[in-house]
Amino acid sequence: MSRTSTISPDAAEASPALELDDLSVAYTVRGRDLPVLANVSLTIARGEAYGLVGESGSGKSTVALALQRVLPANGRICGGYARVAGKDVAELGAAELRRMRAKDVAMVFQDPGKALNPSLTVGRQMAEVFEILGSSGSEARKRGEEMLGRVRISDPARVMASFPHQLSGGMQQRVVIAMALAKDPALLILDEPTTGLDATIEAEVLDLVDTLRQEFGAAVLFISHNLAAVASLCNRVGVLYAGKLVEEGPARELFSDPRHPYTAGLLRCLPRAGFKGGAALDNIPGFPPPPGSITSGCVFAPRCGLVQDRCRIDEPPLYEVGNGRGSRCHFHDRVDDLPRMSEAPPVNTPERGPEVEPVLKLEHLSKTYTLPGNRKVQALRDVSLTLDPGETLGLVGESGSGKSTLANLVLGLAEHDEGGRIDLDGKPIPADVHARPREAVKAIQIVFQNPDSALNRAHTVKHLIGRAVEKLAGIAGKQRDSRVRHLLEAVRLTPRQLPAKPRQLSGGMKQRVAVARAFAADPRVIVCDEPTSALDVSVQSAILNLLSELQAERQVSYILISHDLGVVRHLSDRIAVMYLGRLMEIGPARSVIEGPHHPYTEALLSAAPTVTGERGARIRLEGQIPSPIDPPSGCVFNTRCPRKFAKICETEEPPFVLDDEGHAIRCHLPREKLGRGRKMEGVAVGEAGA
Amino acid sequence: MRSPFGRFLLRRLGLSLLTLWLVSVVVFLGAQVLPGDPGRAVLGPLADARAVAALNREIGADRPPVEIYVSWVGGMLQGDLGQSYAYRAPVAPFVGDAMLKSLKLVGMIFVIVVPLGVGAGVVAALNVGKPIDRIISVASLSLTVIPEFVSAIALILVFAVILRWLPLSASWPAGAGPLTQLEHLILPALPLVIVLFGYIARMARAGTVEALSSDYTRTAVLKGLPWRTVLTRHVLRNALVPTITVIAAQTGYALGGLVVVETLFRYQGIGNLVLSAAKAKDFAMLQAGILAIGAFFIVATLIADCITVMLNPRLRAELGR
Repeated sequence: MSRTSTISPDAAEASPALELDDLSVAYTVRGRDLPVLANVSLTIARGEAYGLVGESGSGKSTVALALQRVLPANGRICGGYARVAGKDVAELGAAELRRMRAKDVAMVFQDPGKALNPSLTVGRQMAEVFEILGSSGSEARKRGEEMLGRVRISDPARVMASFPHQLSGGMQQRVVIAMALAKDPALLILDEPTTGLDATIEAEVLDLVDTLRQEFGAAVLFISHNLAAVASLCNRVGVLYAGKLVEEGPARELFSDPRHPYTAGLLRCLPRAGFKGGAALDNIPGFPPPPGSITSGCVFAPRCGLVQDRCRIDEPPLYEVGNGRGSRCHFHDRVDDLPRMSEAPPVNTPERGPEVEPVLKLEHLSKTYTLPGNRKVQALRDVSLTLDPGETLGLVGESGSGKSTLANLVLGLAEHDEGGRIDLDGKPIPADVHARPREAVKAIQIVFQNPDSALNRAHTVKHLIGRAVEKLAGIAGKQRDSRVRHLLEAVRLTPRQLPAKPRQLSGGMKQRVAVARAFAADPRVIVCDEPTSALDVSVQSAILNLLSELQAERQVSYILISHDLGVVRHLSDRIAVMYLGRLMEIGPARSVIEGPHHPYTEALLSAAPTVTGERGARIRLEGQIPSPIDPPSGCVFNTRCPRKFAKICETEEPPFVLDDEGHAIRCHLPREKLGRGRKMEGVAVGEAGA
Repeated sequence: MRSPFGRFLLRRLGLSLLTLWLVSVVVFLGAQVLPGDPGRAVLGPLADARAVAALNREIGADRPPVEIYVSWVGGMLQGDLGQSYAYRAPVAPFVGDAMLKSLKLVGMIFVIVVPLGVGAGVVAALNVGKPIDRIISVASLSLTVIPEFVSAIALILVFAVILRWLPLSASWPAGAGPLTQLEHLILPALPLVIVLFGYIARMARAGTVEALSSDYTRTAVLKGLPWRTVLTRHVLRNALVPTITVIAAQTGYALGGLVVVETLFRYQGIGNLVLSAAKAKDFAMLQAGILAIGAFFIVATLIADCITVMLNPRLRAELGR
């Protein structure tokens, strides 16, 4: 391989993997230049892992695009430099630019399914990378196959011959990572690489990147809104807000002792300490400023709890705050005094007496789908549980565990098999939503993951909520309008938003409209399907607070589906863990999380990264989730269970043993031998403002 | 054939035969049963009843419809398409000859329109929003709506009458070489080229625009591949799948559109054959001609489906299940 760069190889090795020096990027929109990045300076040393965090619109992806010169047509670098391995990317000619992309930088995107060409085999796409570097066809394929082995793909030959759609999401992301690392790049950029993957797979991918980074000696630029994922992988972190790097420092120190009010606010938004009944989450009021709207002073001033007159006039420089740390805050030494910004009351738990009748009772619910060829898939098998008024049941498990099927059966969107039974307030209701009386239909509602697709774009907020009020509550005319206003108030929106259409609202506002719609007719049970996973951290905390306030006011019950265990723990009274359509464990949130718990629960918990960066020994689940068409015999988890101990696991389905706290576990191991979680410490930051 | 693709092909062939049979029933109903009394229809209302009966016996129309149909289909299976009333001769050679001529014309049309349409669409997509894109988009849209008979007459006037670059008639003199044939075919091909160009160009443009903005194209660019490789291997391969399907499906349409063109250019193709058979009430000829067009349509669709499946691994995988 010839390396004909403008500087000598020695110099290239000595220069940092990435150097941004006062980098500014602007997008031209309708003739105006909007600054998306303003004077960002950062350096990533060879072999270092750097995390760039920030909410959507902060400009973090623009950094990745700018330094590879793939900005959209209306974007351009309007100041400063980006140097990759010592080369100023703005000055490279077409051939040099290609060489840089082929050799020095590699990038892994959010959605691996889209990043791979659907009509070429993985082998073809892998080989390509080596062909650019000068390998012959057959040698390129051989090296491609080796590379797949290095990202721990156990059957590289089969994967080489596969098309992308034949692989699972986790496997696709491994292929993309293999392609990226194949060129042995100086800098590997990961842009939200685990968003959209299951928690267990996310942990696997993060572990893999961490190991490979050391093997290959590549520097990593990890772009994410997931603070915990960044904390678990990176040495140093930069926090981007409205196109400015507002804080930078070593990951552990920055997250445990933030020196900028924005960082501190973000951390307080995270549900990470304690269980339901504790303090409500804090949030950051207001919205990020549109690019270019703040011309003097600090960009964060309008939302800052520590704001002084000076902040609106003087733009803060990057203050040295010790030990390689910097903060763009005039009052960086007072961040600990940041007042609590949220007025939300603590999260309530329902008073539970023995005489309380459950609002929802599911008995022996199963769902079997028939595939072509008369094959049967049991998406849900014999699930029985109850839900008390005002209670939240968290539903966790990997994709394909049956969470959504269960939700659909409860909503009546799918019909359960014969022999099952759903009782609402003590009375059985039909399986099909069309056969249910209106009372039952309005009693069970849903909030979807993505408010963008859940709200009709053509309608106004007034129409969206008004129609739900009319259809479900049967209220029309003047009364309907006052009800709509009332609901709007309940979800902390103002009548000003009534004539707005969804596209004029922010993501959080849209989700509030969706929540208001679910509450249109005094529901008893709301299924919340990943209600915040499409939202930014600060918006998430506001929605979670809203959900718990509404629950306290109205004694509504939630079935909360989420892959974010922090969210589940924060809101849930009880947690149910599902695997391959079966309940593996159900019980009070504290017992399920602190244990003793099912080996599967243990693995799920150990997979979740924490923002403090300390992860217990990770429990790896071997292999893929088995196909529900042909589930393993005995305990369905036995093919992946790290605690499998005897033949009985393969031959006999374990009993669902209930203890006197209402905690049931489906495992052959006796309770005293089951694993326990880390005690959930109350993290200092979480309680700072309480 | 045991491969998934083989099974798919067999299944589609079976479906095609079924469609062909349905077409034959419809054609039969249209040509034999609807006129009621073919002999009367041919000879006219003033003809002697005995002459009508004699003609009906001669062409076999005095039998019950089912029997007529069975003998017609039976004959076809043995390669006998029936007897032309007008020519007093077997239909098959006429239909075969006309079909061959029409296929030459269709071939000419696609040889011109596919590179032109795909090329224009891709060029437009590579220059989205620029003047060249606007020109191509507007041109393709406005050309599509010009009916064949309008453009044909305009083209004849310009190229054959005024400029005299191209021969007026599509029919070449007997024994003409391939080049002369080509020369005669260009002008008749153009009206349909104009109609199809818009379809193809817009499909190609839409597909290419989508592929260009896709994540996998960005991945390919960031691999450091030369732009030409990115374009041919990653962009066009995915972009043109829908276009190819459209092209294959339009072949059948083109054949249908030939009636107008062939009449205007006095070209003895299948369209002309069907038209004159209908005028002459030559039912056997009409049936065979329409059936031939139907068969061609079915074959074109079958080929389109096969190409789509071969180009799309996801569809191919579904066959395997």
